[in-house]
Amino acid sequence: MDTPQAATVDSSIRVERLVRHYQLGPELIRAVEDVSLEVAAGEFAALLGPSGSGKSTLLHLLAGLDTPTSGSVRVAGKELRGLSSEELARYRRHTVGMVFQAFNLVPSLRVFENVELPLRLAEAERAERRARVLEALERVGLTARMHHRPAELSGGEQQRVALARALVNRPAVLLADEPTGNLDSRTGEQIMQLLEQCNRTLGMTVVLVTHERPLAERYARRLIFMADGRVVSSAAAAGIA
Amino acid sequence: MKLPDLLELASGNLRNSLLRNGLTTIGISVGIASLVAMLSLGIGLQQLAGQRLSRSGLFDTVVVSAWRSVEQMERDGRRDGAPLPASGIPAVLDEDARRHIEQLPAVLEAQPEIRFVGEIRIGGESFITSVAGLPPSSRNDEAFDSLQGSFFSSPQAAEAIVRLEFAEEWDEQNPRAILGKELVLRYAERRPLPPEPAGDSGLSTEGSDGESGDDSYGFTVVRRELRCRVVGLIEQEPFGGMRSSSRARVYLPTGLVETLDIMQSSDMRGAVQAERMQKTYDSLMARVSSPAQVAEVEQAIRRMGFRTFSILDATRSLQRFFVILDLFLGIFGSMALAVASLGIVNTLVMAVLERRREIGILKALGASDGDIRRLFFAEAGAMGLAGGAIGVAIGWGIARAINWGTAYYLAQRDFPPETVAAVPWWLVGAAVVFAVLVSLAAGIYPASRAARLDPVQAIRYE
Repeated sequence: MDTPQAATVDSSIRVERLVRHYQLGPELIRAVEDVSLEVAAGEFAALLGPSGSGKSTLLHLLAGLDTPTSGSVRVAGKELRGLSSEELARYRRHTVGMVFQAFNLVPSLRVFENVELPLRLAEAERAERRARVLEALERVGLTARMHHRPAELSGGEQQRVALARALVNRPAVLLADEPTGNLDSRTGEQIMQLLEQCNRTLGMTVVLVTHERPLAERYARRLIFMADGRVVSSAAAAGIA
Repeated sequence: MKLPDLLELASGNLRNSLLRNGLTTIGISVGIASLVAMLSLGIGLQQLAGQRLSRSGLFDTVVVSAWRSVEQMERDGRRDGAPLPASGIPAVLDEDARRHIEQLPAVLEAQPEIRFVGEIRIGGESFITSVAGLPPSSRNDEAFDSLQGSFFSSPQAAEAIVRLEFAEEWDEQNPRAILGKELVLRYAERRPLPPEPAGDSGLSTEGSDGESGDDSYGFTVVRRELRCRVVGLIEQEPFGGMRSSSRARVYLPTGLVETLDIMQSSDMRGAVQAERMQKTYDSLMARVSSPAQVAEVEQAIRRMGFRTFSILDATRSLQRFFVILDLFLGIFGSMALAVASLGIVNTLVMAVLERRREIGILKALGASDGDIRRLFFAEAGAMGLAGGAIGVAIGWGIARAINWGTAYYLAQRDFPPETVAAVPWWLVGAAVVFAVLVSLAAGIYPASRAARLDPVQAIRYE
């Protein structure tokens, strides 16, 4: 297995003059425009803003799923710009964990197998894999559902499985793209509590994209507001839970 | 990703679309079955021809003769018609030469091919017919597969085997009745004369050195009779009809024939050419331990100053013919496989489209382009492996059916069964490997397409 990134190592994020433009037919989409920001190691930051403000694009750039047009992204001491696709894959395997709004579980795989996927990709030993999957499922309270398929779970349970999958490789950074967007408020609250717990107990740096300001204010320590691809303001959250 | 995990994921994915992947696999099976059936026919026919020719004794036999054509001898202006080797072994095909040939490595025996015309008297009837000697090794010739009666009890036994057509000429209604009958063979014996004292005849004789008076050898021809019992009856010509002795109608053991000193056509040439009045042979049949050593033996015999001929060149032509036949059969058989490979491309391209989001998820979780490519290759390879294995089984079944049908057809016409389609182990292995390789080749485009997918776009795909 490739050496995983421990949550205790430097997990800070530094973005400098980051630009991401898309060409959509004749139109140039300026998804991220000259963004510079810093998220300290172990911080819980929320990216807020209206639709199309560039939050998700910025998150994808931090996850190494997308490559910037210009500027620099440094996560856990590693500069992502210029990394090969193989190096970016290794970075995603070991440094970051991702949670999506649409859960993005593989429907044909059972809960256990879904959570096990990142460990398979990281070539972890089978015996170690089982222990790590059970540990992650226990953290999200879904050990009893490990033999079910995603379609047999509620939305909240699916998102908890997705969270377990994101945690199973013990990443330094957890990136969550509107994880409560498809959930009712009560379930959304549970997911936020889990994210906050990961941040607090595991020391993970968490970057949350959301447009639910009350939730962000309650759980995140810092709020970063974006509009038209730019960071318009950044402030400490009013009431940390 | 480790190989077991890759295979586990691939097999899981294949099971998820069981019907579509199953149909694609059946397509490959049909292609491989067609290929195996076609090639089994080519291989079977080649083996059949090879066995026939091999059992005719032509592949492991070198025909040795001393004489070149009269035109060659005249052109060369040489008396002996063949170069005298440095070893000093005479280029006369006599008993000495035969011993030398038999002593060559890989030569099992060197038997003279003795054929002559004699008169056969049997049951009060008389026939002028061709008689030949048969060595004990000819017992393995396929002409004796359907031997009625028995083979010669010993190499010198006063026994005869006759061809069915001879027996039918003797008794058309009951040719088998010839078995056990005694026949009398009347033949011309060559009896050497003692040297004539010089000047007795009043004629001048001339030696090779121009001296005269000491080269007066000769022989006389005496009519003799031999009594034999007919022990066997054969239908086919021995040696596939490809030797001069094949055309005889009555056969005696070569050992016996040799003791009779029967007058041969070569004796006339021998009388004017040989250094002394020894017995010479028209030709000898040198049997070699394996066809692979025929060329080597031929070379050694040529160095002795004799002419040789083997069927080796004809074999090469035959092998070339079967290579071409196999090639064409393979091409026709592969057409179904080519169509099946398009099925694999279609199935995997559909899978890439359907699993676009899943590919995006895998990439987001850390799968590299190579992991995705290998996953699709594994799925293509697994379909190829399963299709290849099933196809080989079907192809083997078709080959069996062809053999069964051929045997039935031949049996209807009173012929023994023949194996015309053969599936050797190498074909089984090669067909499965070929199926996997074709499937992997068919998977190149879909796998590359899957690997190139943009993870962000793929995750958003609904």
